[in-house]
Amino acid sequence: MAVTSGKRTSVETQRVIGRGQSYGALDDVINDPVLAGPFKTPRWWWIGFAIAATFLAMYLVSIVWLVVKGTGVWGNNVPVGWGMPIINFVWWIGIGHAGTLISAALLLFRQPWRTSINRFAEAMTIFAVVCAAIYPILHLGRPWVFYWLVPYPNTFGLFPQFRSPLDWDLFAIFTYGSVSVLFWFIGLIPDLATLRDRSRSKFQRILYSTLCLGWNGSAKAWQRYQRAYLLIAALSFPLVLSVHSTIAMDFAVAQLPGWNNTVMPPYFVAGAVFAGFAMVLILAVPLRKAFGMERLITLRHLDNSAKLMLATGLIVVYGYIIEGFMAWYSGVEFERYMIFNRILGADHWWAFWLLIACNGVAIQPLWFRRVRQNPLALFIISVIVSVGMWLERFVIVSVTLTKDFLPSSWADYRSTFWDWSLYLGSFGLFATLFFLFIRLLPSIASTEIKGLAHHDRHYGSDAFEDIRLDFHGRNRKGAGP
Amino acid sequence: MNDRPSIPAIRNKLETASGREFWRGLDELAETKEFQEFLEEEFPRQAAPLASAVDRRGFLKILGASLAFAGLSACARPRAPTEKIVPYVQAPEEIIPGKPLFFASALTDGGYAEGLLVESHQGRPTKVEGNPDHPGSLGATHARTQATVLSLYDPDRSQFIMENGVRRDWETFATALAAAVDRLEDGAGLALLTETVTSPTLAALIEEVLERFPNARWHQYEPTHDDAAFTGANLAFGRSVSTRYDFSRADVILSLEADFTNEGPGRIRYARDFTRHRRIRHAGDNMNRLYQLESFPTPTGSVADHRIPLGPSGIARFAASVARGIGVNAPETEPPDGLDELSKALVEDLKEHRGRSLIIAGPSQPAEVHALTHAMNSALDNVGSTVTYHEPVETKPENHLDSLNELSTSLSAGDIEVLVVLGANPAYNTPAGLGIADALKRVPFSVHLGDYLDETGAVTTWHVNRAHYLETWGDARAFDGTVTIQQPLISPFYGGRSELEVLSALLGRPDANSFQIVQDFWRERVSGSFDSFWQDALYRGTVQGTESASVEVTAGPIDIDLPLEDDLTMLIRPDPSIWDGRFANNGWLQELPKPFSKLTWENAAYLAPSTAERLGVSSHQLVTLSVGSRTVTAPVWIQPGQAAGTVVLSMGYGRQQAGRVGTGIGVNVFSLLNGDERWGTPVEIAQTSDTTRLATTQVHQSLNGTGERRHIIRTGRIDEFREHPEHPTFVHPVEHHDEDLYPDFEYNGYAWGMVIDMTVCNGCNACITACQAENNIPIVGKDQVLIGRELHWIRVDSYYRGDIDNPEVFHQPMPCQQCEKAPCEPVCPVGATVHDHEGLNVMVYNRCVGTRYCSNNCPYKVRRFNFLQYAELDITATELSLANNPDVTVRSRGVMEKCTYCTQRISQARIQAGNEGRQIREGEVVTACQSVCPMEAIVFGDVNDSGSQVSLAKASPLNYTLLEELQTKPRTSYLAKVTNPNPTLAPGRMVEI
Repeated sequence: MAVTSGKRTSVETQRVIGRGQSYGALDDVINDPVLAGPFKTPRWWWIGFAIAATFLAMYLVSIVWLVVKGTGVWGNNVPVGWGMPIINFVWWIGIGHAGTLISAALLLFRQPWRTSINRFAEAMTIFAVVCAAIYPILHLGRPWVFYWLVPYPNTFGLFPQFRSPLDWDLFAIFTYGSVSVLFWFIGLIPDLATLRDRSRSKFQRILYSTLCLGWNGSAKAWQRYQRAYLLIAALSFPLVLSVHSTIAMDFAVAQLPGWNNTVMPPYFVAGAVFAGFAMVLILAVPLRKAFGMERLITLRHLDNSAKLMLATGLIVVYGYIIEGFMAWYSGVEFERYMIFNRILGADHWWAFWLLIACNGVAIQPLWFRRVRQNPLALFIISVIVSVGMWLERFVIVSVTLTKDFLPSSWADYRSTFWDWSLYLGSFGLFATLFFLFIRLLPSIASTEIKGLAHHDRHYGSDAFEDIRLDFHGRNRKGAGP
Repeated sequence: MNDRPSIPAIRNKLETASGREFWRGLDELAETKEFQEFLEEEFPRQAAPLASAVDRRGFLKILGASLAFAGLSACARPRAPTEKIVPYVQAPEEIIPGKPLFFASALTDGGYAEGLLVESHQGRPTKVEGNPDHPGSLGATHARTQATVLSLYDPDRSQFIMENGVRRDWETFATALAAAVDRLEDGAGLALLTETVTSPTLAALIEEVLERFPNARWHQYEPTHDDAAFTGANLAFGRSVSTRYDFSRADVILSLEADFTNEGPGRIRYARDFTRHRRIRHAGDNMNRLYQLESFPTPTGSVADHRIPLGPSGIARFAASVARGIGVNAPETEPPDGLDELSKALVEDLKEHRGRSLIIAGPSQPAEVHALTHAMNSALDNVGSTVTYHEPVETKPENHLDSLNELSTSLSAGDIEVLVVLGANPAYNTPAGLGIADALKRVPFSVHLGDYLDETGAVTTWHVNRAHYLETWGDARAFDGTVTIQQPLISPFYGGRSELEVLSALLGRPDANSFQIVQDFWRERVSGSFDSFWQDALYRGTVQGTESASVEVTAGPIDIDLPLEDDLTMLIRPDPSIWDGRFANNGWLQELPKPFSKLTWENAAYLAPSTAERLGVSSHQLVTLSVGSRTVTAPVWIQPGQAAGTVVLSMGYGRQQAGRVGTGIGVNVFSLLNGDERWGTPVEIAQTSDTTRLATTQVHQSLNGTGERRHIIRTGRIDEFREHPEHPTFVHPVEHHDEDLYPDFEYNGYAWGMVIDMTVCNGCNACITACQAENNIPIVGKDQVLIGRELHWIRVDSYYRGDIDNPEVFHQPMPCQQCEKAPCEPVCPVGATVHDHEGLNVMVYNRCVGTRYCSNNCPYKVRRFNFLQYAELDITATELSLANNPDVTVRSRGVMEKCTYCTQRISQARIQAGNEGRQIREGEVVTACQSVCPMEAIVFGDVNDSGSQVSLAKASPLNYTLLEELQTKPRTSYLAKVTNPNPTLAPGRMVEI
């Protein structure tokens, strides 16, 4: 049974894609909205875009004010040299992790359920990395000389100081950003060609012809394309682990109690995947509704994402426990006091307990399938997790700094209007890019989806429908021909 | 176009214009709106400061007159081309650009001279150092002295002579003054009001005025004058004397609220003598013992072995009981509760050290207690040994409050026709109950000579702008009477005048200038060649043989009424930073964290914890203080170690016309006073529901709990030290391994290091202002201090330990620790902070991009960041930038900065030594904090030279480094604080009250 566009009733399914979808119908769902003329843009898009652009404007104003006045417009001080900008940087870069994990790791592990969500997850990654990467530059006291961190031949005769984790950061983010863009773009090429073929205006024809790099759909092209895609996937998978490990080094290399922990890199990676999947769900739940893609982004996807979120969330909680244990076990007064201050300190105890509530308690319902397959519940939990992960970074970055070694220099940290305007503004940047993306590019990899539909049509099931579903007693149709 | 130039106004302007002024048009002359607009368009920068009220932060940016103006006045010496100033060291044949010259001069503080060497860069004074040859300085200075350079360049200083708000020239003023005085019958109705006078030249001129006008009256008033010492000496001896103490001979000292190491005319000398007799490096060294009774914590009290917080009546009762104990006829009284044992032990201690003990009373103590101390010193045979009496140093010793009361009576009676106020600010700093400010307005002809057009200048008919002490000639006497010729370093920026010139004008000699007046005075009194006398006096900074003669006095019997205990007693103290308000417009001093509380930018009503608890108030809360019908609203600050039942407020705040920095901040305590307070004033406190945010630079000060376990402060008693002379356990409570996988870098040349002796550091803050002056450290303003962005490169951490009512206090100056393995270095991505081969952790401002990672990773948090553009970079925009040291980079926003061990001074010495083909000598490099320290608590030098002072100090078993377990290997180390409490008392320094 083909899905006709516009039909929205009883479409929820446990399968990777809904049954019996035709290629044309898939194109209608995925590519039609992209190719529709400007006047056929749905109203919700315009409203959303306008809101996003407003926040983007706020972002730009905040940046201009920052550059005009200086870092002092934020709440940073001594001892809290790093405040909200670094918290937000780590938060965004964490969000940027799910995209690559979904795309690359799941591709390599032959997990086809990634297909429906990988495209926008990758886009999300890139936009999150953009949002993140701007922060360390703006965060500099003199942002206009950020390029001094880049090793390039110069008249000073000076290279960066390679022992500094901040320099490792630069390479990590740059590498991650460029590989992510490359991976995303390569995945897009066949879809861009589809759009070219179906383009309705001169503008679209020129745009998509240029972008698809002369794709001709030949077997050779497909063969090379898939080889390249796998290679890039293999390249980018380790980055999932390395980028956030490097970010974690920013803290672990320092000798501050609360930062100087060997647990930091794995704990940060788990936290990043955790936050990333939360963001995937935050985007997927409304998106599938808005575009009528319930049969493409199915409950199965939501369920799997939620499981990953639960698993990584538990690793993160384990990290909290280990931090506390190590502080106690070390016998070092500074470490012990740091944990005491986090948990019971007069100024910021609420942040710690709130983060435990968000990251530890709020994910517990995910043990239940009913919750995992309830889009609304997932959306709410994902939002809570995003808040929780922000608080985690707040506790690690700023609360740690407020009280370190000498009580004489202990001081509180208070964020300012400009801290928040830049942060909220960065959502504007993210959302604006995302709205442009869903309007101009297919947000689901249509060629891959067609592969799944092909299999479904010929074999009566999607190609990789896994045994577990049978085990649960649903969709018992028999696998394969 | 409605303000048309009015011809009569223009005519008037031209008549009163000083000198030959050029004018471009009638609009300019009339200062019309159109002209102002034109000026703004044509010369926007010059016009901007004139435009409107500026906030405090803005003030720092605009800073008044232009560089060109100042530069010109520095080149030209229009009024006395023959003046020649003489540098302290041999004058080079010509000035070598880039090499500063030093000139001996003096500043007066409370009328007494503090001998200085002023550093001048191409005619521009930038820094003052103490004059090592001056008996009242010995090379160090007070914290406030360091900041006076900033006042010199203060664009808010008064720039004109004004008559009722209209600009006049000097000739007009001089004519009017002479005419006004001449109208009087032998000066009947003429009154002079000065501050404390010690200057021989000024005294001679005043004498001449009084001779010429026999009916004239001379009053002195300074709110901080030690009236009690004057009256006390009169009570005891029936005459005025100046009391001098020799702390180098005193083994046991009882201080009745005397902050002798930090305030008062002989403070630096006393600090030196006291610490030289107290410094301990090895267990065999001797230490003096200090018992301090005080209502409010003072720096001196924080180095005491027994410190007892007591209210005014408690101190008097305690003093009386001690006096009876040593056989002085004093009122029968019991010492305050719980102090019996201490009182008895103290009496024994004093008796055991006859002739080697010393009892001193502070200016806040009433005259009776002063008289009692004279009697006690006499009974203990201290007179002639630790205490000597001399002819008064002040020209006319008197009780200033009495003198002011007389003036006030004459003013109210309308007896005063002509009032000449020289330097004083009676409209602000006199008790409001006397109504001086209003009475001044009724004087037909009044003159105010002042640095600022202040509260007094605003109500007198005439105001004359005074020249800064670095701008004009003069002389003054130190605490021991030694005269210093005050040598100017620069021509007056704004054509200011001195007291000498105003008095000469009064005497009908308007053309006399200070240089001639001072020279003429001394010419008459010198035998032999005047030129060589003059040369010598200027070169040395002292006039030989001017010390005041000693006198023989015997203390007579004294009758004391002991004061009654009040429920709540208000005590007024000079502000540790801005003193009586004269430094209110000095940003360095406003931002200088007050000792103990670390408050900046305002004063507060200090309450003891128990008193605050009883009243149910907390810090930052606003309360209303009432004395009779007078009330003020002030924020509360709870001060551990303060005497219960006292409310302490500092004077100097609540200024109405101080300038853009100092106007309108804090609370004016003079408005609560009636003018008859002696023991303190009974006061009532009412809560309000409002709170404010007081800006402190250190929030957590308790060493109890985690603070103790961090071993930041190491302290022990001398007997504990003597038990383990080689390895005192309190210095190294925990052993830390210090092995490393890699061999250490070898420092083969110099290896700079510093030792700070916590036994003698009294937390006086001098190092902070000295560092600020030397290293061009800008101020940031109260708002920025509130969010922890102050820039001081050296801070003085204060910690409390123990009982909140009488805690032990520790001061720990914190400059950069200059770690050999500095955690800040590896984390900088651009290599902006690196190590040099002499062990300095150097900061390359130009390379810094401002990641702030170094600050995060600094365990000592001594790095400071320019969050905003705090320093003025455009040198043409401001005048304050002239105060900058040209040897130190002015930092832009976005870069990190920190203590460099005064690397510019090391470089200078290195260049000098290199030119002479030798090694840098011990003592050749002196850091700014080290040179200023009155207590000599900071030692700096080459640790590779085993004979250097710093190496010897580091060899002391008391030496420890902070956070040694982090293996940062700091070059700055500390000597553990050792106290010498009376062994007959229970161990520890605390006394249960």
